[in-house]
Amino acid sequence: MRRLLFCLLLLIAAPAWAQDLQSVLDANRDQIEKPSRQTIGPVIAEIAASGEGAVAFLEAWGDRRVGVTDDGRFAIIDGDAAADAVTGAAVAGDVKALKPNSGVRGLIAAALVPAQLADPDTARRRAALDALGRDATAEHLPALRASLDDPDPGLAARKTRLERLLTVRFDPDPAARVAAIESFAGDTGADVQAALNPLLSTTRIAATELPADANIARNLGVGSDLTREEAYRLLVDAELARPRLSDAEQKSALSANISDGQVGNIPVANLDSPDARDRAYRALAAAGTVRPAASADDVDAALESHVFADIYDEPSAEVTDAARGTLNGLVFRERAQQSVDITLDALSLASIYFLAAIGLAITFGVMGVINMAHGEFIMMGAYTGYVVQGFIANKTVSLIVALPAAFIVTALAGIVLYRLVIRHLAKRPLETLLATFGVSIALQQLAKNIFGTQARPLTAPDWLGGSVGFGEIISISTIRVAIFVLALLFLCLFLYITKRTRMGLNMRAVTQNPGMAASMGINPDRVAMLTFGLGSGIAGIAGVAIGLFAKVTSELGSDYIVQSFMTVVVGGVGNIWGTLAGAAMIGGLQKGIEVLNPANTLAAQTWMILFIIIFIQFRPRGIFPTRGRFVEG
Amino acid sequence: MLIRKYPSVLIFLAVLAIFTLVVTIMSQAYGTGAIPTSTVKLFGKTLCLALAALAMDLVWGYAGILSLGHMAFFALGGYMIGMWLMYARTEEIVTATLANAPIPATPDEVQQGIAGQIFGVVGSTDLPLTWTFAGDLKIQLLLVLLVPGLFAFLFGWLAFRSRVNGVYLSILTQAMTLALALWLFQNDSGFRGNNGLSGLQNIPGLTDVPQSTISIWFLWASALALGLAYILASWLVSGKFGSVIRAIRDDEARVRFLGYSVEGYKLFIFTLTAMICAIAGALYYPQAGIINPAELAPIASIYLAVWVAIGGRGRLYGAVIGAIFVSLLSSWFTGGKAPDGNLGFYTINWVDWWQVLLGVAFVLVTLFAPRGLSSIIDAVAGLRHPMRRGKDLGPDLGALREKEAEA
Amino acid sequence: MTGLKSIMAGSALGLLLAGSAWAQDDTIKIGVLHSLSGTMAISETTLKDTVLMMVEQQNAKGGVLGKQIEAVVVDPASDWPLFAEKARELISDQGVDAIFGCWTSVSRKSVLPVIEELNGLLFYPVQYEGEESSKNVIYTGAAPNQQAIPAVDYMRDELGVEKWALLGTDYVYPRTTNTILEAYLKDNGTTQDDIFVNYTPFGHSDWSKIVADVVALGKDGKKVGVVSTINGDANVGFYKELAAAGVSADDIPVMAFSVGEEELSGLDTANLVGHLAAWNYFESADTPENAAFIEEWHKFTGDDKRVTNDPMEATMIGFNAWVAAVEKAGSTDTDAVLDAIVGVEVPNLTGTMATVLPNHHLTKPVLIGEIRDDGQFDIVSETDPVPGDAWTDFLPESAVLDADWPGKECGMFNTDTNSCVQLQSNY
Repeated sequence: MRRLLFCLLLLIAAPAWAQDLQSVLDANRDQIEKPSRQTIGPVIAEIAASGEGAVAFLEAWGDRRVGVTDDGRFAIIDGDAAADAVTGAAVAGDVKALKPNSGVRGLIAAALVPAQLADPDTARRRAALDALGRDATAEHLPALRASLDDPDPGLAARKTRLERLLTVRFDPDPAARVAAIESFAGDTGADVQAALNPLLSTTRIAATELPADANIARNLGVGSDLTREEAYRLLVDAELARPRLSDAEQKSALSANISDGQVGNIPVANLDSPDARDRAYRALAAAGTVRPAASADDVDAALESHVFADIYDEPSAEVTDAARGTLNGLVFRERAQQSVDITLDALSLASIYFLAAIGLAITFGVMGVINMAHGEFIMMGAYTGYVVQGFIANKTVSLIVALPAAFIVTALAGIVLYRLVIRHLAKRPLETLLATFGVSIALQQLAKNIFGTQARPLTAPDWLGGSVGFGEIISISTIRVAIFVLALLFLCLFLYITKRTRMGLNMRAVTQNPGMAASMGINPDRVAMLTFGLGSGIAGIAGVAIGLFAKVTSELGSDYIVQSFMTVVVGGVGNIWGTLAGAAMIGGLQKGIEVLNPANTLAAQTWMILFIIIFIQFRPRGIFPTRGRFVEG
Repeated sequence: MLIRKYPSVLIFLAVLAIFTLVVTIMSQAYGTGAIPTSTVKLFGKTLCLALAALAMDLVWGYAGILSLGHMAFFALGGYMIGMWLMYARTEEIVTATLANAPIPATPDEVQQGIAGQIFGVVGSTDLPLTWTFAGDLKIQLLLVLLVPGLFAFLFGWLAFRSRVNGVYLSILTQAMTLALALWLFQNDSGFRGNNGLSGLQNIPGLTDVPQSTISIWFLWASALALGLAYILASWLVSGKFGSVIRAIRDDEARVRFLGYSVEGYKLFIFTLTAMICAIAGALYYPQAGIINPAELAPIASIYLAVWVAIGGRGRLYGAVIGAIFVSLLSSWFTGGKAPDGNLGFYTINWVDWWQVLLGVAFVLVTLFAPRGLSSIIDAVAGLRHPMRRGKDLGPDLGALREKEAEA
Repeated sequence: MTGLKSIMAGSALGLLLAGSAWAQDDTIKIGVLHSLSGTMAISETTLKDTVLMMVEQQNAKGGVLGKQIEAVVVDPASDWPLFAEKARELISDQGVDAIFGCWTSVSRKSVLPVIEELNGLLFYPVQYEGEESSKNVIYTGAAPNQQAIPAVDYMRDELGVEKWALLGTDYVYPRTTNTILEAYLKDNGTTQDDIFVNYTPFGHSDWSKIVADVVALGKDGKKVGVVSTINGDANVGFYKELAAAGVSADDIPVMAFSVGEEELSGLDTANLVGHLAAWNYFESADTPENAAFIEEWHKFTGDDKRVTNDPMEATMIGFNAWVAAVEKAGSTDTDAVLDAIVGVEVPNLTGTMATVLPNHHLTKPVLIGEIRDDGQFDIVSETDPVPGDAWTDFLPESAVLDADWPGKECGMFNTDTNSCVQLQSNY
């Protein structure tokens, strides 16, 4: 039954002069070896119509498995072996693979659609539907309708949907199209909009009167819908009016008519003002040497005597009405979904900033020192992830190893930094800032010397690839969701440590009053050291997370350090909720400004920083000001 | 009076004058030619950096405001003078070209031509509003002082008014220079984006003067500016004003309770040093030849702090020494001229390891020699830090105050 | 790894400097002005090695004019003002006869006034935004009409792209290239609504919003294509985000102008397969010249994993053109070499010839490659050599300009008014 259907389909597509594969290939050798999307169409159709072996050849060609042997025959390559494309005989010797470009491959896939739609292999049917989604033509509609009955329920649903989409685009009967259009009401899918929007494309025309049979989108009023200049340009373009004189034309006309150092009785030396040039030109026009320019009155008259309108390219008014109705119904839903999507993006960015800043916030809060090398700890974590991935091939296992490894490495680095540098500068926060900056440039250069300046890959396991989506518009990559979860996890962990453990109690005590804490038997030095280790360790984990969704370079830390500082400062020092609020505010602001000016991400960053500078003026201690020894700074 | 109190001023000026004279005598333009023009330019630029470091020392070493954004003012000064240099030179070219046309050009056309040439490279042909005065040297020179000055004043007024200080202020100044750099980076802001302003070494009207001569002029100008600024700075810190800003550095709250307007003092010193930086920048970039937004990246300002710290803060000559020492050393190391260090198992290539060395050296200086290189001079001069044993400056050690503030 | 490279570079430098002591008189000096440290080091170090390799080869063949060539290597450290300083040092102190160097447009603009003042000679090997022709520079990389325009033609004709997303890092090359492309697309009937432009900072990593914007472009049923002038590391995040959004090269093809073999080496290319790049050379080009070049390169660097790339080919062509011009002129004097170099033909690595044109640009074939999973490219399109156009034809102000050094002695000649706009570049 299927085979019969398949032959039938081929017959539909087959022109009368169908030839066998061998002669088609021979006749179009050059084209097949160096195909261009613009000219290969007929050749593919011919091959598709050539019967036995055609489908296998096309499939192989689309997969870049067709090659040319030394003696000029086409062969299908299968691993190391190759077989003649027509006879199927094994081919020995060198086979040079052909490289059709992706445009040509798309056409091949489209040509294979009728054959593949009813193929018993699910993968092929899916491939056919993918191809239909990209390059469908009117011919595909009957083939698709013939194969709607699919054993796989998922594919059957896709086929039904595609059938309706193709009906909208290609069905000759307006009623069927309107029905299909209306069936999509409330569907925000990108494919639906891709099918409906072209129906509403318009052309702007200027004419003495509107054509009677036109499907008019709207009439345009001069002055209200379009400016006088635009309207006049339309008239000029439609060759209904004379163009106005441009400055350059005037100048070249003048310089072409210099006689005795004068133009129109005005000395050339005086022509250095627009006014003088206009006078000279008028004089020339009066003498009949140049054509008179269109005057303001001419323009008025021309605009008066013509009408302007946008006209639908689609002739059927019913169809355009239905499409407009359906699309209008989508607007609100779409806006809502877009806002949700942007909010998700902002949340994701905020969670990244939060992860990057939380370690900084801890050390700043407890010790009042800014660790400029914090960014380099983030980088160190990312490189740890990269190194671990070099040893452990399994991405999931390596990630599970990398997270604690990064924590340990950076925590140790933090403790070393504390013991060697920071504790000696305990009372001098500005000097700590500078000393840690020294550490930062040394570490950054060290990373360059060890790993090179080029970005290193840190690949997420497959289950973190792809994205999570709700509907067509709202989608967020899985890795970002994972980072969000990680940020939440660390928020909980941090809250647990500070509120429920001895260490946390000590930390809070030291934050509020180190002197009193010391007299209670707490060793502030030890607590500070452990806190510093904890903060640095979290930076390492943030490094792995950032490396997973972006890149690992020696400058990774410095990319995030200023934002991290601002997160801490905006939020208020030493308060985890402050850091959270700061991160949310910075992430939200950044995305919010990006929405307002989508063409320039740099501008968004500039304005965000500016906003924060101003914000600090009004809340110098951040959103959640600290209580404790830093109240008076 | 000033010199009696600070004999170092005279020594400094003498050294500076001798240095400038020696370089001139050995230059290609006015002397033996032993020092090539590129080196003269390097010296001139280094003097400008020293001038910026001097300003940084005033604001940080004396007033205790660790600004991580002073290079922004330096670059702004460079941008202001660069606008005139580019505009005026382009004007010469455009007028010369248009003079060949059969019809004389309208003023509008001249301006169009200039804008097209300057901004053609960033795909625009209109002269931005910010370039309105670019053709006028006098106004543009005034803007060298006014723009960074006003900018610093506004920023400082906002920040000091709301009592932002300490590390907060450092971060905020850093954010400021980053925001400014990002803004200049955008092509739309009218300063040619990443390409910046280039060809600044060609001085309009002096097309026939060779660079070897111009470089000497700029060396003299830089030396003069440094000398004058040094005198001004010494005078400032030697008087009552100097005592107050040092007091603010040591304990801001006490000074406030004594009735001084702390904000006013801070604002004054912040704005003044911003203007000194701007002058340094305006002298630096015509020698460097190009300015682009990378020049005001946060890292540049941090390096400024590094120079002052290594040279020794709270010492005017310390800042100058630090800037000269570190920047010359840095160009020696990165220039590939330093011999490779051979450790037997590994050869240290200084191009790669210089930054590590600098970072480590910086940490060590901060830890063990807070007075930096100037502690050598202090040792010679017999200046010694009183042993405070970690205690604050205060009335209990009143006898030491004068000496301590100096040391 | 870079450490190792620079150690080698350093020792090579040491040898060269040591050699100069006794070989001063009978050598010809050339300068190598590429950053060996800082952000550009990764790209530029390769070019420095290429020049050293070419020098070694040429010296083995007997040098030029019977003299050995000596390369003077300096490190401008990715610091733009330092480029000018080092260029002055090379020409006036070291007395080099030609400089091979620069990568970014800023560094070129920084060096230009010095080169013109001292009448030096610079060979600039990287694709750039055009709109420039200096008497003292030979541009051996691609002008926009040798990379961007053919690439867009390919996307329109071969991939059927109707709607364009021009994404770039915010600096001059992407800005100017995109301005030219916008004008070109509009000339060819694309409306403003069908062009989306976005600029991001260097090293940008948060691509989710931009990718969503690009995907949303497809809503009106037109095929969307991305023209990417995104620079360096930022590409990694961009392709990752694109893949995470489930967008394949068949849905939205990305044509990159700044992603080559060097950038792909050591990257996880899984997300990039099928996307495109346009260059004048790919390492996968199947010609005997290329095979020999790659072999030499592996031998010279002692590392048979080192890839070759387009700027390396441009450096090689520039060096060979210089040698040919010096031989032709019989002298290394800048003016004589400049006179001789126009019209010089040297073979490139893709089987055709590169001719030095009167506007100091070259003829170059345009190649389009699809990224393979091994970090190499499948060449899917190759044109005949295209002459480089200094002033683009697609911007009205530039269309009237022409550069013709031997003919009109002018790099910015207004054909409307028949006058030379400027002799020296206005940077």
